[in-house]
Amino acid sequence: MPAVQETIDQVKAIDVSEYKYGFITDVEMEKPAKGLTEDTVRYISARKNEPAWMLEWRLDAFRRWKTMTEPSWARVHYPEIDFQDIYYYAAPKMNGAPKSLDEVDPAILDAYKKLGIPLREQEILAGVEPQNRVAVDAVFDSVSVVTTFRAELAKAGVIFCSISDALQEHPELVRKYIGTVVPVTDNYYATLNSAVFTDGSFVYIPKGVRCPMELSTYFRINEKNTGQFERTLIIAEEGSYVSYLEGCTAPQRDENQLHAAVVELITMDDAEIKYSTVQNWYPGDANGKGGIYNFVTKRGDCRGKNSKISWTQVETGSAITWKYPSCILRGDGSRGEFYSIAVSNGMQQVDSGTKMIHLGKNTTSRIISKGISAGRSQNTYRGLVSAHRKATNARNFTNCDSLLIGNQCGAHTVPYIESKTSTATFEHEATTSKISEDQLFYCMQRGLSAEDATALIVNGFVKDVLQQLPMEFAVEAQKLISISLEGSVG
Amino acid sequence: MSAKITPMRSAAESALIDRFPAVKASLPGLASAREDAFAAFVAAGLPTRRNEAWKYTDLRAAMREAAPLAARPNDAEITVALKGPSPLARQGVVTLSFVNGHYVATAGTLPAGVSITPLAQALTDGHPLLGRIGALKLANGDLAMSLNTAFMTDGAIIHVAEGVTVDGPIALRFVTSGATAVATAARVLMVAEAGSQVMLVESHEGQGALAHQPNTAVEIIAGDKAVVSHVRLGLNSAGAVALSTLTADLGSETSLTSVNVALTGAVTRHQAFVRFSGGDARAQINGATLLSGTQHADSTLVVEHAAEPGGESRELFRTIIDDEASGVFQGKIIVQPHAQKTDGRMASNAVLLSENAAMYNKPELEIFADDVACAHGATCGALDDELLFYLMSRGISKAEAEALMIESFVGAAIDFIDHEPIRDILHGLVQDWLQARAARLNAGAPTVS
Repeated sequence: MPAVQETIDQVKAIDVSEYKYGFITDVEMEKPAKGLTEDTVRYISARKNEPAWMLEWRLDAFRRWKTMTEPSWARVHYPEIDFQDIYYYAAPKMNGAPKSLDEVDPAILDAYKKLGIPLREQEILAGVEPQNRVAVDAVFDSVSVVTTFRAELAKAGVIFCSISDALQEHPELVRKYIGTVVPVTDNYYATLNSAVFTDGSFVYIPKGVRCPMELSTYFRINEKNTGQFERTLIIAEEGSYVSYLEGCTAPQRDENQLHAAVVELITMDDAEIKYSTVQNWYPGDANGKGGIYNFVTKRGDCRGKNSKISWTQVETGSAITWKYPSCILRGDGSRGEFYSIAVSNGMQQVDSGTKMIHLGKNTTSRIISKGISAGRSQNTYRGLVSAHRKATNARNFTNCDSLLIGNQCGAHTVPYIESKTSTATFEHEATTSKISEDQLFYCMQRGLSAEDATALIVNGFVKDVLQQLPMEFAVEAQKLISISLEGSVG
Repeated sequence: MSAKITPMRSAAESALIDRFPAVKASLPGLASAREDAFAAFVAAGLPTRRNEAWKYTDLRAAMREAAPLAARPNDAEITVALKGPSPLARQGVVTLSFVNGHYVATAGTLPAGVSITPLAQALTDGHPLLGRIGALKLANGDLAMSLNTAFMTDGAIIHVAEGVTVDGPIALRFVTSGATAVATAARVLMVAEAGSQVMLVESHEGQGALAHQPNTAVEIIAGDKAVVSHVRLGLNSAGAVALSTLTADLGSETSLTSVNVALTGAVTRHQAFVRFSGGDARAQINGATLLSGTQHADSTLVVEHAAEPGGESRELFRTIIDDEASGVFQGKIIVQPHAQKTDGRMASNAVLLSENAAMYNKPELEIFADDVACAHGATCGALDDELLFYLMSRGISKAEAEALMIESFVGAAIDFIDHEPIRDILHGLVQDWLQARAARLNAGAPTVS
């Protein structure tokens, strides 16, 4: 059956023509010449005053990158990217690093205000619900302009700063972990990122610490013709916990801009990282003109026993999304989760999913993915679940639903399920009908129709997860949660 | 990383390329189709893991040498090859026998309304249906199909006239035999005209342990309201690298049931390409695969709903994997933009009996229409402990309980066959497999679990 009217209206409300964050901030920017050579890499490294080993690491990545070719397996189509026609570094002009918010260009502060991102700690403290405090790292084009609550977090032993600052203040930590989850040569865009990454967040949660507040990074692309290459590294030591949220927006422009990020998560024994993304890059106009190319490599490594990594993503933006947040379940008893809602409108192309790689014993994973395509968009779920021979008693449950609105769009599902041990139990399904008979019976016994009961159970399940998100940044994400998948095509 | 690398020609590829000019000169008919298909093979080479459609079956590695194309067998060879009874053919069943890909004999009387012409004869003398071989391009450039088209030696063209209901199955028996390994390329086209009803059963038998390389293709074209039932049984030689393809084009309101039972062969791949060209057709495509030792079996399926109303497709694939064997299921349901009201359901379930068994599932959906219901499910795991316990608590031994569970598990895919005697034969073969497993377990070797 086709999508219900309510869903159609809700998806329309976030159509590409309704993009609210397309404004441009006028600030004086500092950027080197366009193009990518070894000099560009050296410039970025020098500009950030990086240690020599970091420059070598970047140059090595750059040399490797030159020998690689762009991957073509994803179900996305775009004209060839001219990597020499991009600015690889763009930073607002400042006299040295800003020591306080007062030194930050008011135009930038104004931009974050418009986006609804609280950067002033006192304003946040004055809020009605002090328990909902969120520390923010605000990244504007290539640099982090401010990170809030650093001092307070430091009291708990938590390091939360931009990766540039981390390279100055904790180079040994960065050196120990960077590139250990996503190797330099992992893929074309990860290698490019390794060469030219400019900023991003660094989080270190020491042993036994439960991070006292939500951490978040807000990425804003502002400058024309720039690429944003952010790098985020989160390390959760034994028994620690952190919840991290990233948000992304960009101005409305006719040309495409490249965003190629790498995110690495590491959890030690009994640690947990909850990583949430509200991705709302400019999606281009209704005819597919402009928009961000979002080519992102995100991977978490559950190194320790009983550790847990959970990815939650709400994807509404970007002209093209190419993103597979993954979990390497290395530690025995570790757990990976992936919850995703991807809505595509206009001419958007989404090719997203996850990989759950079971290596340790008794590892478990769960994948819940909802894709909604409207307009002339294409929405693909691509996922891998694999169990190594030694991953005894591995378990996976996957559920992906797709919904189409209109018949000019497409929904595709490409799951790979590889099991090399008989003790692994993998279940993959893509229907809304196969939910617990007991729950269904319970609801129907109370007078709900079978359809209503199904919708209630399926939506309720996902809501449970998403409502834990710190949602103050993204009103549309909350709207999305209420979208019913009635009429799901499988 | 680079997709542009052209690997060096393997020995098998070079042999096939060297062989083609001479083979082409000696094979009758369809010269341009053969050449086009061969050009496609030359351009792509034997598929490897880099080829998405062959991701889990590396044919280039499995086919190190290209076995020589089998010559027409002499009478003595035919007698040896057809000595035993055919597993599927029974008294009174019209049976066409092929030895090493060459037509040798027909047993039984053709029912009224059915005509069968051996392909070699059709290629030499001409046949009104010759132009329909491969014309629909349902396999869409698939390499196994291209090789079959380039090298097809013999086979059959079967025509079932409009409105005819054929009593009993038509059996095709393909036997690979000989002192050395050979390659065969048989091709069958069956046109079931509007309103006809027919059952086609194929058995692929290989003797001994030789690494034969059979490559068979069966094309079914079903006219409006035709009812076609198809069974394929894979009993290849133990060392065989066997490829087989089924293509089916369904007119409106047709019904197709196809069940593939794969039992022996070192590396086997059965692929089905089914297109719903007319509205409101129905298809049930099943597979039952039982593997042991180091066998590798691949079931690949592409179902395309290309008409409105999109019709109903049901796919059920059951795989049992023992020892160090590996199983593959790749299924894809495509729903074209206008194929509204399609109802597609695909399930692949695998049971791994041994710790070192492996299963690779890839159930894909590609949907362009908004008012459809498509689902896919894939599971793999060990036999359910609770069920096992239930049976054992009732005094059934573990081995017996396992056998019961395996039998009912794969039986579910076989039970869709309407024809009772054939269904019973297939159930019997599953039991034979279970007995062989029991014997292996009793001998304590060479299972790994």
